[in-house]
Amino acid sequence: MNHHSSLWHKGLWIPGLVALLIFLSQEGWCAEAAAASATTTPWWVWAAALFVTSFLLGIVAVLGGVGGGVLFVPIVGGFFFPFHLDFVRGAGLMVALAGALAAGPGLLKSGMASLRLAMPLALIASASAIVGAMMGLALPTHIIQTALGATILGIVALMWTAKKSEQPDVPKADALSSALGIHGLYFDAAKNQEIDWKVHRTPLGLLMFVVIGIMAGMFGLGAGWANVPVLNLLMGAPLKVSVATSKFMLSIVDTSAAWVYLNKGAVLALIAVPSILGIMLGSLIGVRLLKRANASVVRKVVIGMLLLAGSRALMKGLGF
Amino acid sequence: MADYSYDPKYASEEQVAYAGTLDRGWKIGFVLMLIFFGLYVFGVLPAHVSMEQLAQYWVLPADQYLKAVNGPTGWGWVALVTKGDYLNYIGIAILAGITVVCYAQVLPLFLKKGDKVYSAIMIAEILVLVLAASGILGGGAH
Repeated sequence: MNHHSSLWHKGLWIPGLVALLIFLSQEGWCAEAAAASATTTPWWVWAAALFVTSFLLGIVAVLGGVGGGVLFVPIVGGFFFPFHLDFVRGAGLMVALAGALAAGPGLLKSGMASLRLAMPLALIASASAIVGAMMGLALPTHIIQTALGATILGIVALMWTAKKSEQPDVPKADALSSALGIHGLYFDAAKNQEIDWKVHRTPLGLLMFVVIGIMAGMFGLGAGWANVPVLNLLMGAPLKVSVATSKFMLSIVDTSAAWVYLNKGAVLALIAVPSILGIMLGSLIGVRLLKRANASVVRKVVIGMLLLAGSRALMKGLGF
Repeated sequence: MADYSYDPKYASEEQVAYAGTLDRGWKIGFVLMLIFFGLYVFGVLPAHVSMEQLAQYWVLPADQYLKAVNGPTGWGWVALVTKGDYLNYIGIAILAGITVVCYAQVLPLFLKKGDKVYSAIMIAEILVLVLAASGILGGGAH
């Protein structure tokens, strides 16, 4: 009893439930089977199942410290649901966008997210995201599926190996960031002190955001998994500023890609709205569970889920 | 509206102005999206594509889906906004459009300060987002 309640309180039942769903889908209730039954299963069952899945993913995403989009696209697109990947990516972008829009005001007003840091990078990334979105909707599905699988496996490797630096050492701001006036000050409540920050390697950072933008638009994953390491480890922004600015930047970058998907008919309300609502409600519950959950264990389960989902996408793309 | 505590020492005037517009905009878009989705799923308004049809065709790539249901591309959905399914696009378009409004609102603050570089960055971003939203880039398909 105590053991069960302990697991319950640690919030481990949620990723466990999602992992079970994934396992069951591997065992025969896969996307192909779902597609075959799409005509016999009432539409509202799919909408309800999507809401519940998104809700659980919203909880897991917060506990695992990842964005909703990065879990949503490979899991909803790879298992259980009959929707074409185009619509899943369209919904994934809307999920990431809605979450970023909702978080943006608080992050900006608290000074954790920096407009001056975000704007030049977001300009590059949002222009690239348009290219990525157009490529994603123009290329054959199996190629996108294969590239998505490879990307998810790359994210797994990144999550497993990448270190984070609370306050990277930036001996000297580079010339470009100095010219742009990219620096800031924020109050770290945990340390009860003001943190002064600046960045370096800005030109390389800008270059990295070309790639990040293309991938964000192509796969509809959101891009926090890539934004944060570039802002934190490469450019030397403090971790909290990196996480907050990354989240805010998604509201700009995903906007440009979302318009391309919207204009091409790849956003269906019956898929996008339950997903947005589910993830947002799940995130609220996730935040409440955060204090009690064993974050490192949940993160490992999330990595496991992504490993499974990435492998599945790769295999589907390669025709296995 | 949420009242976030802030200190001008940590958040610039532009940042706070951007946050205020973003806060109002996403909430309006989100609430409208929920209301319109309710009207759609509970059948209060007829849909252009019935739920049963939708469940048959959502297995197709987006371009084939559009052909199958005679759906619009670009801003063609505006002509179908009296239909339950396309009515939802109003809320979605507000969510996708609020960032441009935020940029347009904050741009004069940068211009007033004589911050030419950031003003240019903002104008370029507005152009990028308007280009994405315009539907001009609507070519290409599977």
